[in-house]
Amino acid sequence: MADFLEFQGVTKRFGKTIAVNHASFGVKKGEFFSLLGPSGCGKTTLLRMLAGFERPDEGRICLDGKDITDLPPNKRSVNTVFQNYALFPHLSVFDNIAFGLKVAGRPKDEIESEVEKMLRLVQMEDRADHFPNQISGGQKQRVAIARALVNRPRVLLLDEPLAALDLKLRQRMLLELDLIHDEVGITFLYVTHDQGEAMSLSDRIAVMHAGVCEQIARPAEVYEAPKTSFVASFIGDTNFFDGVVSACPEPNYCRLSIGGFAEVLCYNDKQKAVGDRVNLSVRPEKFRISVDPPAGAAPRLNVLRAKVEDIIYSGNHTNYWVSVGERRVAIYQQHLAYLLDEKPIRWGDEVWLSWHADNGYMLDDSAPVDESLLPPKIPQNAAAAGEAK
Amino acid sequence: MTKRQHEIAITAPSLLWLALFFAIPALVVLAFTFHGHSPDGGVGEWSLSTWREIVDPDYPAIVWKTIRISFEVTVWCILLALPCGYAIAKMRSKWRAVVAGAIMLPFWTNFVVRVFAWKTILHPDGWVQHCYFSLLEARHWLSAHLPGLVARALDGAGIAPAEPPDPAFSTILDSEAAVVLVSVYTLLPFAIMPIYTAAEKFDFSLMEAARDLGAGNLRAFTSVFVPGIRQGIVSAVLMVFIPAVGSYVIPQMLGGTNCVLIGNKIFMRAIQNRNIPHAAALATLMAASVFVPIIAAAWWRRYQAKRGRRIVEVRAARLMAGGTK
Ligand SMILES: Nc1ncnc2c1ncn2[C@@H]1O[C@H](COP(=O)(O)OP(=O)(O)OP(=O)(O)O)[C@@H](O)[C@H]1O
Ligand SMILES: [Mg+2]
Repeated sequence: MADFLEFQGVTKRFGKTIAVNHASFGVKKGEFFSLLGPSGCGKTTLLRMLAGFERPDEGRICLDGKDITDLPPNKRSVNTVFQNYALFPHLSVFDNIAFGLKVAGRPKDEIESEVEKMLRLVQMEDRADHFPNQISGGQKQRVAIARALVNRPRVLLLDEPLAALDLKLRQRMLLELDLIHDEVGITFLYVTHDQGEAMSLSDRIAVMHAGVCEQIARPAEVYEAPKTSFVASFIGDTNFFDGVVSACPEPNYCRLSIGGFAEVLCYNDKQKAVGDRVNLSVRPEKFRISVDPPAGAAPRLNVLRAKVEDIIYSGNHTNYWVSVGERRVAIYQQHLAYLLDEKPIRWGDEVWLSWHADNGYMLDDSAPVDESLLPPKIPQNAAAAGEAK
Repeated sequence: MTKRQHEIAITAPSLLWLALFFAIPALVVLAFTFHGHSPDGGVGEWSLSTWREIVDPDYPAIVWKTIRISFEVTVWCILLALPCGYAIAKMRSKWRAVVAGAIMLPFWTNFVVRVFAWKTILHPDGWVQHCYFSLLEARHWLSAHLPGLVARALDGAGIAPAEPPDPAFSTILDSEAAVVLVSVYTLLPFAIMPIYTAAEKFDFSLMEAARDLGAGNLRAFTSVFVPGIRQGIVSAVLMVFIPAVGSYVIPQMLGGTNCVLIGNKIFMRAIQNRNIPHAAALATLMAASVFVPIIAAAWWRRYQAKRGRRIVEVRAARLMAGGTK
């Protein structure tokens, strides 16, 4: 069945750069769909093609079964919340929100009641007569959302609407966006380069890289089962191990020989055969680290000796970097028990590193991943490091 | 130095300039009007004789005509300058410099020479006149060859007159149209420049926002671009309207007897009749008839803004009340 909003092989070139490369995906009605990717990967271009500001070089865009590829922006029932809000500076908050309805030639009293409803939705009733330069960034953003929503678009496009806000405000707006989406039930297409925003808001995420949609899936799926090494490194932090399958001791599991590291067991959902190259991703929080060897040898548990190189204690959790052979491994350990009762782990300690074979994930592409994607010190920055690339 | 002293120190040079070359001359002109004129062309004794003489039945009509023509010129200039300024601001920066230079190019030629060139272009034997007359004849021909009812309707609308055109009354030169045309030609750069400067600072993503909200190109232009550069438009209006009111060379050379404006009258009184106080009174009259409406308009706008704010306040209060229930 055709989806509500559909991109069919949409491609856009700017001279030599391919901004969007054969994007094909569907968005369901009422869905909160995010486009996530580093700067310059083509998110805005994709959005602008949907809004009608750019023409795709190839491919079609269909909305509700109708081909809208060639319609001008004012003939499409989609509305945009721009990255810089683009509020009309010469109009008051009220008139900004009323703009679309006025253009559509709606009767005056209807405009007033609709705008008032919107003002209430975004909690800006008391600022109706203010001008855009008299309100704060967060308020501008809410006005921009109201201005778009009041036209009852079939799809609301949001281009990094929170990028200009500070952290606290961003978190509050995130919550408000979620509430608004639940309330109005309109399809949201949300562009961001912030994985946190995408993960917490979206029903589904399309991860883009250099114009290509690398994976389209639910947030948890994108995180736990990344399709490519790019997705794995861009969403959250991870440790990559590229090795060769050395044995398949039981169905669905294989032994992986990783150069300069060790032989490890991993879940073989891709049915790799002996001799195949594999790129294994293990998230930092999947490891356990302990001074004593892990109690009771659980089946399919990988257990290695490691040397602690770096520790960053953050209250509820600690980040460790340990070396195993020639490899550095990043670990994120939550303190589930009272920490001071446990045996302390110090720099230079020999410790036990363990993880279950099921918790590693094989990636489709076995291309070696640039080590610089790995966290240098603080794992939270891995996304930023990936973005800078 | 206090802040206030500092402000005075900074603005003093320009205030001095304004005082020396604007305020004092204006006051001198005003003072002249309260003098009689001396037979040798100078300024005579203090008296109200000048103001008594000035009650010439022709003057209100001439003042009105001057304002009307200046208004027409201003409207044409703004209408032409808006798309020009928009287009230049949208150009690549390399081309922008070229086009902006081209707009200023005519200023390298002396103004009087350029007006004289127009005199040649619009001459009764020139091609513009020929084209114009052909057009008039074509309109008459249309009227003669259309079925009676349509012809009468078009005649009534002034599109296809039944009367054949009369060459003596159909010249472009020595007409009001010529004055308007050449005034627009001369003053257009003064309209384009401020509008272009404002348009260059204009955030064109606002146009996209308007299009996104359902506005067509024209609607986006008129309801977002035009208000967005209104400061530039206001300067453009002043830059065109004020010189147009004071214009004297163009009506003199191209208007003939059909377009005598206040500038020509002042010239006649001052140079031909050697009556300086009378000329000064005319200039004062003209200035007053321009400034009084402008000040009234400003006052009206302030009043409207106040009223508008009250309306909005009432609306906001109602909203708040509705929101809490
Ligand atoms: N008008 C344009 N002319 C030429 N190249 C362009 C144009 N617009 C975008 N590009 C190029 O297309 C690519 C994708 O740009 P796009 O704006 O879609 O990125 P983005 O994913 O939105 O990035 P960001 O997160 O920084 O906003 C970039 O390499 C950019 O340089
Ligand atoms: Mg962008």
